[in-house]
Amino acid sequence: MGALSNHLLVVTVLAYLVAMIAYAAELSFGGRGAVARAATRTAAPTPERVLVTVGAGGDGGDPATPAPPAAPATPEGPTGRTALIGRFAVALTVVGYAAHLATIVARGLAAHRVPWGNMYEFVLAVCFVGATAWLVLLNRRPAVRPLGVFVTLALIIMLFIDAVRLYTSAGPLMPALNSYWLKIHVTAAVTASGVLLVGFVAAALTLIRLGYDQGKRSFPCSLGYRLPAAETLERLTFRVHAFAFPIWTFAIICGAIWARQAWTSYWTWDPKETWSFISWVIYAGYLHARATPSVKRWVATCIAVVGWGTMMVNLFVINLVVTGMHSYAGVK
Amino acid sequence: MATVEAPAADRVDSGAPLPRGNGFGPWVVALARRGWRQLTSMRTALVLLFLLAVAAIPGSLLPQRSIKIEDVNTYLRTHGSLGRTLDRFYLFDVFSSPWFSAIYLLLFISLVGCLVPRLRSHITALLRQPPDAPARLSRMPAYATGKGGDVEKLAALLRKRRFRVAVRGTTVSAEKGYLKESGNLLFHFALLAILIGVAVSSWYGWHGSRNIVAGPDNAFCNTLQQYDDYGLGARVHPGDLPPFCVQLDRFDATYSAKDQPTSYTAYVHYSGADGVQHPAKIQVNHPLRVDGAGVYLLGHGYAPIIKYTDRFGRSQTSVLPFIPSNEATLTSEGVAAFPDANVDPKTGKQDPNDQIGFQGIYLPTMSSTDTHSAESLHPQERNPRLMLVAYKGNLGMDAGLAKSVYTLDQARIASGQLRQFDTTRALKPGQSWPLPDGSKVEFLGTQPFATMTVRHDPGEMYVLVAAVCLLGGLLLSLWGKRRRIWLRVDGDRIEAAGLPRTDYPGFADEFDEIVQAARKEGTF
Ligand code: HEM
Repeated sequence: MGALSNHLLVVTVLAYLVAMIAYAAELSFGGRGAVARAATRTAAPTPERVLVTVGAGGDGGDPATPAPPAAPATPEGPTGRTALIGRFAVALTVVGYAAHLATIVARGLAAHRVPWGNMYEFVLAVCFVGATAWLVLLNRRPAVRPLGVFVTLALIIMLFIDAVRLYTSAGPLMPALNSYWLKIHVTAAVTASGVLLVGFVAAALTLIRLGYDQGKRSFPCSLGYRLPAAETLERLTFRVHAFAFPIWTFAIICGAIWARQAWTSYWTWDPKETWSFISWVIYAGYLHARATPSVKRWVATCIAVVGWGTMMVNLFVINLVVTGMHSYAGVK
Repeated sequence: MATVEAPAADRVDSGAPLPRGNGFGPWVVALARRGWRQLTSMRTALVLLFLLAVAAIPGSLLPQRSIKIEDVNTYLRTHGSLGRTLDRFYLFDVFSSPWFSAIYLLLFISLVGCLVPRLRSHITALLRQPPDAPARLSRMPAYATGKGGDVEKLAALLRKRRFRVAVRGTTVSAEKGYLKESGNLLFHFALLAILIGVAVSSWYGWHGSRNIVAGPDNAFCNTLQQYDDYGLGARVHPGDLPPFCVQLDRFDATYSAKDQPTSYTAYVHYSGADGVQHPAKIQVNHPLRVDGAGVYLLGHGYAPIIKYTDRFGRSQTSVLPFIPSNEATLTSEGVAAFPDANVDPKTGKQDPNDQIGFQGIYLPTMSSTDTHSAESLHPQERNPRLMLVAYKGNLGMDAGLAKSVYTLDQARIASGQLRQFDTTRALKPGQSWPLPDGSKVEFLGTQPFATMTVRHDPGEMYVLVAAVCLLGGLLLSLWGKRRRIWLRVDGDRIEAAGLPRTDYPGFADEFDEIVQAARKEGTF
């Protein structure tokens, strides 16, 4: 079973890789802003509704003055062939996703327990939640499809590091992890991290697009040409973070309850706890900054990116370099 | 999030100019007012939030006294003046340092300054009727017109959708989503409550740890003298600790087929003030609750039984826990010290330089091939060896120092007050080692020991309740949607308008749905 899981992981990564190439193809052959146009259109009021509502939900600005129509609604979407490539990309993502799920299930069967008891499994599960979040998003707003290139890229990088650097063979849990709180706390942490991964991709793309809009044309900003409108991306970034933040809060609370059960005290400033706190504070800062009219949107978005940075420090630096009571990583 | 009416706290720059001339008093008042406004602004709160995050970083990278004081001492020993400088700036006590406290206290003052006016205006909003319709409804983000209009029916329609409704003549004002702001306030007050709970924890809580060796002779009681280390809250007196005693009967570790540990269990007896003995089982994740305190199993290891017979033939036995230097294999280090060895039975006197101590490493499973390795292969006792180095001289332990030492005084070894004599030996259980001065040391076997921590924390329940409120408040605050709807009947013409007061992309749909429902009822 353990070996099967490993083979399935290879299938997963390969499927995501081909999907990424297909997304990239759609993005680059889609013509000027096919994506951008499509995405803007979904965000802007549809023609029928314009009669009734003008720019409802245009956040940030003064709602009393209707937001200007975001873009002239062009009827044509991506051309037939590119749309086909895009659908192929989605199909492959789903194949990769199924293999991903199977990887995790096989791992759980091999170890006879929930498959997130060490760092390798944790990252595997975070990526799975990231992929889930992406597919849900895609289902709700098909127009964001070509952004899949960035999501799959992030997934491939994480899974690659996971398989190469963090691999641990399947085994029983260490006694300290033997508690139903593992299921609750770690599941919440995995879910929040996976959603925040997608949030990070959205935040980074927002910054790229904003940079492009300001006339920057050097590398990452040059991608902005093909991206949806900054406003759309920015709102997406906020949505995803607003969804993930309470889950993260819940994960920390459950961690504290478990800590009281296993290590005597609900909070001891163990390095892992400290960095969870840091991430929490940074993301709270992001939500505040975004709710504050005097803080520019790009500044707020930068805070979200920094937040993801702290999540990564917590995952990699704290697990692998610093020792604390959370030393469940199991990486030699 | 569209803060339509920017919170008052955000209007920093509107600070009045400082008055010139006419005395010191008004100037101070104006300065204080401006400072207060600055402090309670959202920008300041944001900066403080960031400072808090940054200030926490060194606490995770440098060893902290509150977590592992031994690591701090090691760091100070190995880093010389850098260590002392860091210590001067409280970098080994980050979370109780003045600068860390200053940041969070300022943040909380800022929070209170921000919350109180918000609470006041929220209560006003809850008591007040939804505001009257603006003069030109057509300028609102959602707008529709129709024919007909029964004001009462329209009001009933909105009430059914749980809007708060006010009818003024021919206009209906309705508002919904007050829970958003209630949730927001709940969230922020919960933050304050958590801080208070944490303070209660640290003032009224206490904890103590002890390595307890199995056997009736090694029971320990809940008094400070019996702990290896402890912490008492500022408001706790040593006499406040409830009197109970715990004895370790047996310690079990189980392993999987692949030799990975799967469970640790300490079988104990405990007795409270009444002296009645109760049997109990303590496992990792399953502490024992006694008299409002929790007794936790945090670690375990072996205590070698070392019998020393001095050159006058008098024997003493030491059963001291050896501390694992590697938790996975239980390679452990410790000492057996005999400060009152070699007392001449004739004179009843001891040459202080005739004390004896052994520094030891215990390997539960020594490699059978590599006999020089000082690493155990496995935590179970499959091929146990006790490696001993004998020291003779003045141990420096007479001055009433605690006897539960885990290392000999390295300074005395360096200065020659303690001298190694004879070579190192590796003993199997039952083996003995005759020393050159005619004395003898014998390794009799081991007893398991468990590291137990006892903790009482009266703040934890408050903190938990506050944390749950925080989460509930957060959900309401993030997902609640405040919106207003107005209807105005003018003859047989009717106008409807809507205003989402927060980011709410679905508002248009909701507005449409309400208009359609009104049409269906024939009131629109
Ligand atoms: C301990 C530090 C704090 C944390 C962790 C924190 C966290 C949060 C979170 C998570 C939200 C919900 C996000 C949202 O609704 O946008 C929020 C909202 C808010 N906080 Fe804080 N907060 C803190 C301190 C403060 C302070 C000091 C102020 C005032 C100066 C403040 C003012 C606000 C306001 C006005 C909102 C509502 C924003 C809106 O929804 O329009 N917070 N806070």
